[in-house]
Amino acid sequence: MTAALSIKNLRKIYDNRFEALRGISLEVQAGDFFAVLGPNGAGKSTTIGIISSLVRKTAGEVSVFGHNIDTDFSAAKQQLGIVPQEFNFSQFEKVRDIVLQQAGYYGLPRERAAAQADKYLQKLGLWDKRNTPARMLSGGMKRRLMIARALVHEPRILILDEPTAGVDIELRRSMWDFLREINAEGTTIILTTHYLEEAESLCRNVAIIDHGEIVQNTSMRALLKRLNKEVFVFDTTSTLAAAPSLHGHEVVLVDEHSFEVEVEKGQSLNGLFEQLSGQGVEIVSMRNKANRLEELFVSLVNAKREGGEHGV
Amino acid sequence: MESKAQWVALATIVRKEIKRFSRIWVQTLLPPVITMSLYFVIFGKLIGSRVGTMDGISYMQFVVPGLIMMAVLTNSYSNVVSSFFSAKFQRSIEELLVSPTPNVIILLGYCAGGMARGLCVGALVTAVALVFTDIQVHSWPLTISIIVLTSLFFSLAGFINAVFANTFDDISIVPTFVLTPLTYLGGVFYSINLLPDFWRFVSQLNPILHMVGAFRYGLLGTGGEHVAWAFAGLMVFTGILFAASLYLLQTGKRLRA
Repeated sequence: MTAALSIKNLRKIYDNRFEALRGISLEVQAGDFFAVLGPNGAGKSTTIGIISSLVRKTAGEVSVFGHNIDTDFSAAKQQLGIVPQEFNFSQFEKVRDIVLQQAGYYGLPRERAAAQADKYLQKLGLWDKRNTPARMLSGGMKRRLMIARALVHEPRILILDEPTAGVDIELRRSMWDFLREINAEGTTIILTTHYLEEAESLCRNVAIIDHGEIVQNTSMRALLKRLNKEVFVFDTTSTLAAAPSLHGHEVVLVDEHSFEVEVEKGQSLNGLFEQLSGQGVEIVSMRNKANRLEELFVSLVNAKREGGEHGV
Repeated sequence: MESKAQWVALATIVRKEIKRFSRIWVQTLLPPVITMSLYFVIFGKLIGSRVGTMDGISYMQFVVPGLIMMAVLTNSYSNVVSSFFSAKFQRSIEELLVSPTPNVIILLGYCAGGMARGLCVGALVTAVALVFTDIQVHSWPLTISIIVLTSLFFSLAGFINAVFANTFDDISIVPTFVLTPLTYLGGVFYSINLLPDFWRFVSQLNPILHMVGAFRYGLLGTGGEHVAWAFAGLMVFTGILFAASLYLLQTGKRLRA
């Protein structure tokens, strides 16, 4: 089966000699919900820029559903919908006009363009704002406008670069639901995000990029399986002078009413509570310190930088 | 992209451009009409009545073609340079660059927008001119083709300026320091026959002089010694600017990282 997106040995060296991509290769299958993770400056946006032709590559090949972006750019671009990180529409134009124009650039006849534009403006909750100049929209609405614009020609792949950055929780959740819906309808989705919870919740497969190289390319499930350590924060009723001594655990005192405990995969929490009870420490609440994926992400990136193993 | 889809893309760009300058007509259409009306009143009527004739025609008739041409070329240029640079500045040009629209369609679309504004202002200025004097068109084909070609030429020049511009200052440098002096010294208000030999020779290096001369000949049938050369030169230089503009788009100069 032809991959939805195929990237081979992609390299990018900018005019200032900065090497943003060092020969990355990647395949995303049709229908996938794929996450591209990486710290700032890792090369995520450069990769999307090359796919969308806004950045000229130094070397390598990119194909979209088998259409090479160099030799068959028109067919390749027809398959793509791009939602960039920064707002890139005319602030003075009306919402509906922006979406209609984008449909026109993809060759959709006026009547079909209008039907498509109206459909996505309604789906994304922008119908009431259709005649409002884009500059009058809130940040969340502007993001939704960019999604409506990217979908108006019904692309087979939707690429979103940090789509929920700066969006409130409620809107983020509704955006997730919408993305799940269009993915279920068959659109392949590639997402870059800083919110690792977002990737964990939405994506089936993941690639982690750092310093222009792929650090990991695997399924989300396999990635999470590799996580073997979590940190829990315990809150106590009594005042603590020092961190409790717990056999087999690393313990750090946070303040006089809370401490952190590192728990390895397979270690019993019952044993931990028994030790705490034995020392007369009464626990009133307990929570996971950080997003598990975030910990894994940091350790993978650090391991690569130190030239060590990728395992955690 | 199929040819039908390309037509749709072209029509979309042109419609967007016309909508843009129509939306802000107080900034785009009205000022040149007011300015040119003042030129007609002051130079044509008040001063012109004392000047008498110029190259064998009344001074009012002499300045009309030049002022129409001046309005067309400055507005064609301004429309493309400001619209394309704004799109670059706001990054809305990326909407087009990520789409399958071919570069030649993007270029034609922006130029058609510039020409639409230039010719629209030209028509308005002509209407105002008719209040002050009669115009008997000597050659419609020549008049139309010269004005259309000139409009295209300056639209392309505006496009190239917009591609290289980094700031809003950069888009006003050429109109202020190049276009305006060349226009004022381009035989709009006086005949170069009034000049000493040396300055007459220097004036002949000014392309706008030949465009105005050819247009004046098309409109009034006077001063047509170099019309064929002017027409051929305009065709050649328009072709060169078109190729240069397309090259800039193909290579992504200042547009793609």
